Amino acid sequence: MASKDVKLMAHLMRRAGFGASRERLDELVEQGYDETVESLLSAVDRPTRMTDNLIRRYHPEYSGMMGNQSPSGNWMYRMVSTDAPLREKVGLMWHGMFATGYSKLANGKVLHDQIRMFERHGMGSFKNLLTELSRDPAMIVWLDNSENHNGSVNENYGRELLELFSMGVGNYTEQDVKEAARAFTGWTIGNTEYMTLKSARDSVWPYGRLSFHFEYKEHDHDSGEKEFLGHKGNLNGEDIIDIICEQPATAAFLSRHMYSFFVADEPPVPEWPYKEPRDPEAIAALSKVYFDSDYNVEETLRFLFKSDFFKSEGAHYQRVKSPAELVAGVLRLTGEFDRPKVDMNPTNLQSTYMGQWLLNPPSVEGWHWGTEWIDSGALVERVNFASERLGNIESPGVQTLIDRILSDGNGGMNAEELIERALDELSVSDISYKTRSALVEFAEVQVNQSDSGKPGPEQVANVLKLVGATPEFQRA
Amino acid sequence: MVTAQRKPSLVVIQLSGGNDAMNTVVPYTNGIYHDSRRAIHLTEDNVIDLNGMLGLNPSMGPMKSLWDAGKLAIVQGVGYPQPNRSHFRSMDIWHTAESDHIADSGWLGRTIRELDPDGNNVITGINFGRGLPRALHAKGVPVASVGNLETYGLMPDIVDRMTREMAVDVFARMYGPDDTRDAMLQAISETGMGAYLGADILRTAPASYSSSIEYEADVPIAQNLRDISQVLLADVGTRVFYTQHAGYDTHAGELENHAKLWHELSTAVNDFIADLEEHGRGDDAVVMIFSEFGRRIQDNGSGTDHGSGGVAFVLGNPVKGGLYGEYPSLDLSEQVEGDMKFNNDFRGIYATVLDQWMGINPQVILNKNYEQFDMIRR
Repeated sequence: MASKDVKLMAHLMRRAGFGASRERLDELVEQGYDETVESLLSAVDRPTRMTDNLIRRYHPEYSGMMGNQSPSGNWMYRMVSTDAPLREKVGLMWHGMFATGYSKLANGKVLHDQIRMFERHGMGSFKNLLTELSRDPAMIVWLDNSENHNGSVNENYGRELLELFSMGVGNYTEQDVKEAARAFTGWTIGNTEYMTLKSARDSVWPYGRLSFHFEYKEHDHDSGEKEFLGHKGNLNGEDIIDIICEQPATAAFLSRHMYSFFVADEPPVPEWPYKEPRDPEAIAALSKVYFDSDYNVEETLRFLFKSDFFKSEGAHYQRVKSPAELVAGVLRLTGEFDRPKVDMNPTNLQSTYMGQWLLNPPSVEGWHWGTEWIDSGALVERVNFASERLGNIESPGVQTLIDRILSDGNGGMNAEELIERALDELSVSDISYKTRSALVEFAEVQVNQSDSGKPGPEQVANVLKLVGATPEFQRA
Repeated sequence: MVTAQRKPSLVVIQLSGGNDAMNTVVPYTNGIYHDSRRAIHLTEDNVIDLNGMLGLNPSMGPMKSLWDAGKLAIVQGVGYPQPNRSHFRSMDIWHTAESDHIADSGWLGRTIRELDPDGNNVITGINFGRGLPRALHAKGVPVASVGNLETYGLMPDIVDRMTREMAVDVFARMYGPDDTRDAMLQAISETGMGAYLGADILRTAPASYSSSIEYEADVPIAQNLRDISQVLLADVGTRVFYTQHAGYDTHAGELENHAKLWHELSTAVNDFIADLEEHGRGDDAVVMIFSEFGRRIQDNGSGTDHGSGGVAFVLGNPVKGGLYGEYPSLDLSEQVEGDMKFNNDFRGIYATVLDQWMGINPQVILNKNYEQFDMIRR
């Protein structure tokens, strides 16, 4: 039975990472909670074995970013192998919030560049992040800022910057949208017409895609007087971002996103104007840190992970795993990608089958999370994936799991003990009576199949499969 | 158990990659066609003539039988304003039926919701393939994705039959009702129960099926259409069937590749209709075939690049066969950036099928009125 400390550490690692093995959890408990938070926050990915260079040698398509699954496959490797899992989690949060997709860009290279940008800037100042985002070539094409000209305004980016990326609906006027869009005229990509045409006329690209690059065109910038949220002047894009970041609405909106991504599922964003946050005090506390730290994401996360509302048992398992989290979490346990393998391509596709095609969100709004991840088709994919991989005795990580489970039962192991051990190894602690009793009955048959009164590796693998198929395993 | 009900069903086949409309329904008497397609043109000698001006690709013999029986409608010059030549964007437009903004649900997802607003039947819509296409997606609408009907279900990797049966039985108990669970777990377990029941119903379909039709083995589109036939004949309340046939991105080696694809597809579709007929069910289904775009008028040496102005097919006993819409002019002055100009909005076909066949108000699904074709027998 896992101690309270182990349970809390498992909770932290599911949220700030993609879960951790039971062995690793013991090490981290030894190290201490606050120290673990610090090491997650400061970690920088320094792959020693599986570098990006090595991965690209096995996957030349990731160099040219030619296929529509190339940027996500490349990212999945990092999620599975990184020593800095929080960076990837933060990247996933920003990708969900600033969702940009292949369906319109038809260019994996610029999408890959955007994710790397999140990994570099995603834990610094939010103001800096919004500036980088506004200069991000994929975003510029995705939201048509390349069509936003002096004298001929395209409001798409200006609107979503306010509605989806910072303040949320109801906190600005239509006039503010127009003025913000004017301020971002001239923020475009170099060689715009050629690049836009290349996107629209997608065709064969034998040598891979070209990256777009940011270019500020002074002559196409509307330098007239503007008024945005009560501020007057010849405002440029940076000024708009300054003003946005000062808004309490921005602090609350961002805090709610962080709460939903790291603490407990909030309803999808469109419902926010009509539904109070689950924990308004937590949102207020996060907002205060946002201002006190000069909009610093890392400081806000530090506060979040050390807060009572995060540590409370009431927050454990209160998120549904996103497909990418589920896939990466299982693969980290099984250890099957200890080196590059072409099998990553079909494996990464599993997340798409489950409803999250990374770098190709369903719309500018990103994905709807929580129980909306789980429709009947997606659930079948989730269950089949987790149970197949966790029961695959060939995988090194599964062998370790089985060895650890069996090493406990010196004089034999009954069905209840077997289930207890399997749940503990997979860090599924809060399990309903219904699930547990069904699992125990299954384990009884498994145990009875062996003469020694002690289950063998096959039987343990079958039990691991079934734990991967539980309703409880769907949660983070 | 779902009771037997015979209501109109729709089978949608997506041709992924951009089917070359000009080498599918060939304007073989048009000089511009021959001038533009120096490398990959089809001639009067080998096309299957339809009306003295147009002919089907030589590999489409089985489609010609459907044409001769008056069951094949060909819609020419299909597209939408401001054509996009990216596979993904253009497919998304076809899936959502929205061409000017990124929409958040698919037209068939909305259709399934309209057919079964309370989600009473978890298999009102089924995709035959892995991963749900956007066309079938709508919030709160359950849709099963069946990779292979024979093995479809939970934990198919368990080889031992007894162990698998036990595992699936344990699954059903784990996802059964339990009042002590919180709202999240309850929602997950209800969905799981739906998935289990759907799989359980679908499991019966292959067992109750027998037919003299032999679909081509090792041809995925043939196997998928056979699976669709099995589910349709099992009368389990499925109304919307979806599947894909991939490989139409014929930038190179078009003549051989395109012919192979259309041989596979035509044969499979003809077998499917014959299969339904054999079971006295030919009047129950309409098949619609579409692709995200057509291809350039000018060839590129051995293939064709992405273009616009495509062709779509609607077929089955309930369909009034014939040519619909006009073949786009190939005159240089009428071309759009080297492509055929569309003259029929694809949503007009959706509206036709929804209204005249499925009995659904198309405006509810498409948010707008589109001109319909008089295409379905009443």
